[in-house]
Amino acid sequence: MFRSNVLVCGGTGCTSSHSDKIADKLEEEIKANGLEFEVNVIRTGCFGLCELGPIVVVYPEGSFYSRVTVEDIPELVSEHLLKGRILKRLLFQETLAEDTIKSLAETDFYKKQKRIALHNCGVINPEVIEEYIAMDGYQALGKVLTEMTPEQVIQVIKDSGLRGRGGGGFPTGVKWELAAKPQSDQKYVCCNADEGDPGAFMDRSLLEGDPHSILEAMAIAGYAIGASQGYIYVRAEYPIAVKRLEIAIKQAREYGLLGENIFDTGFNFDIDLRLGAGAFVCGEETALLTSIEGKRGEPHPRPPFPAIKGLFGKPTILNNVETYANITQIILNGADWFKSMGTEKSKGTKVFALGGKIKHTGLVEVPMGTTLREIVEEIGGGIPNGKKFKAAQTGGPSGGCISYENFDIPIDYNNLIDIGSMMGSGGLIVMDETSCMVDIAKFFLEFTVDESCGKCTPCRVGTKRLLEILTKITEGKATMEDLDKLESLCYYIKENSLCGLGQTAPNPVLSTLKCFKDEYLAHIVDKKCPAGVCKSLLSYVIDPAKCKGCSLCSRVCPVSAISGEIKKPFVIDQSKCIKCGTCMDKCKFNAIEKK
Amino acid sequence: MKSLEELRAIRDRARAGVDLRKEHQNDVRVLVGMATCGIAAGARPVLNAFVEEINKRNLKNVVVTQTGCIGICQFEPVVEIIEPGKEKVTYVHMTPEKAVRIVNDHLVNANVVAEFTIGANS
Repeated sequence: MFRSNVLVCGGTGCTSSHSDKIADKLEEEIKANGLEFEVNVIRTGCFGLCELGPIVVVYPEGSFYSRVTVEDIPELVSEHLLKGRILKRLLFQETLAEDTIKSLAETDFYKKQKRIALHNCGVINPEVIEEYIAMDGYQALGKVLTEMTPEQVIQVIKDSGLRGRGGGGFPTGVKWELAAKPQSDQKYVCCNADEGDPGAFMDRSLLEGDPHSILEAMAIAGYAIGASQGYIYVRAEYPIAVKRLEIAIKQAREYGLLGENIFDTGFNFDIDLRLGAGAFVCGEETALLTSIEGKRGEPHPRPPFPAIKGLFGKPTILNNVETYANITQIILNGADWFKSMGTEKSKGTKVFALGGKIKHTGLVEVPMGTTLREIVEEIGGGIPNGKKFKAAQTGGPSGGCISYENFDIPIDYNNLIDIGSMMGSGGLIVMDETSCMVDIAKFFLEFTVDESCGKCTPCRVGTKRLLEILTKITEGKATMEDLDKLESLCYYIKENSLCGLGQTAPNPVLSTLKCFKDEYLAHIVDKKCPAGVCKSLLSYVIDPAKCKGCSLCSRVCPVSAISGEIKKPFVIDQSKCIKCGTCMDKCKFNAIEKK
Repeated sequence: MKSLEELRAIRDRARAGVDLRKEHQNDVRVLVGMATCGIAAGARPVLNAFVEEINKRNLKNVVVTQTGCIGICQFEPVVEIIEPGKEKVTYVHMTPEKAVRIVNDHLVNANVVAEFTIGANS
């Protein structure tokens, strides 16, 4: 019987800062102190506060240690685990109140969160099925198989108001119902774990932290629509997620929770993995299913929808990882419980991956209807270095920007579409006044140009032309005519592309045009980049009044663009300057300005 | 897996391993002094005896944790039991055998073992 549990984050974020070595060292030190039968080290999934990783939490005290290094471990073991003295210098500062230790649930980061999809992440060891079972794992599957009919299952999911968490927001229960109707010798349940939006990592964290919840939900879906085979399409770039899924599938088969005659009810269901090579278009449902079939991952027109004719021509449902993560909780707690959270048309919670110019980079789960202000300022800890919030980007390359005027709008599917953005899978990138909105639009277009599969012309050629116009704007070579062309081309691409990738690719341009047209005009008319990002439009100038003629700038300039006489003002040759900014960083008298 | 009962049995067995990871705000706290003085006087077997016995009795909402030196080193091993809304009870010169009795009398049946308290020993 262990008296203490030490949880070490084994998510990708903390693993990349050596949390596995920290766990090894913990085990070694615990053994050296003769505590191996008293203290249990558990490698968990993501806690969400990735900014402060690697994270170690010690129970029963609930001490939350942040930015732990291997060198800290001997002290941590001898102080906390051996002598019972909490190591204050390593604690997450916010939990350190006057003379007591605040519980993690009371900190700003966790206080407003509601962790349903993530409820096991950072709590259990995802590689041990018994820990999942201890947290009521597979109870929902047992309940469904022994007490409910497939129709009842679908009705509960419909009643809950759960909508697809991959971005589109299609009602999950309706999708299941469509696939349950047709008669077929075989049907399929697929999981879209091809998370491709830059900055989004909630699906990865879910698979890493709680893989069994996805397997269980897929089995429930299989029972609901009458399928006996499931596929998880996960990208090969997620090695930890793939490994934990493989372990989870193996353990579930050993326990008879996957395979034949589950719970002695005659229900058969098994799951296999399919690894994606990382093409963004394979996140689109028809392309994903084509890729599972072993063909080149290209989309095709709908209808027929996959629910009627999907994988191998059979009725198929495809749901996102986070959608599945909600299923078991809805079955166990009921549709009314789930419906009680969120807004009128968006129920439950949403996981967001917070990134960009924000203090607490990480993973948060909040009820639908939480405002952007709450997420950014309260949970995320605000913008670092006293900078001002400018906009947040949601939905990745398919989404758009939310500007400051919409800071207080409750976030749900419908509101985001009304203000010209979209929920997307949940990437939320925060930008401050030093971000150029034209440059952001260009960044996403570069991504879609790379990722366009090339099957249809509007997307293949159109996005390329869009990028060319944006590049012209950022270089100060564009005219007002280009701006009109840019806008009409956006609408053309949206209306004529084959799949979701092309239909949404112009969104970053349209939404920045809508909210920040003045920035586009500044680039085109005044030939200036207000945020000081677009290199072609700025120049570094030495203020002769401030320059002491120390020659430091001319010595650090990599292209010898600065010259002058000692003790007299120096001058930058604009034709040679590559705008690297080194001179400005090095100048001790703040004599160099960026204009 | 043949039945829900079988699954529930596995769950109940596995639960003891994860129960520690809850919030323990309103639980009864058993604090074992584990500074150098406490460890030297034999606090470790006492701590383990508490953990074992509490688990054997399947007591929920009791958390066994360590604390540092409270300054009465001559009385070590010292154990304090803090129940919400009640006066703290301090047991001194603890042994694993005394720990078993305290779990049964104090924690299970709510009878403070007066003879082991600091009041009876000073």
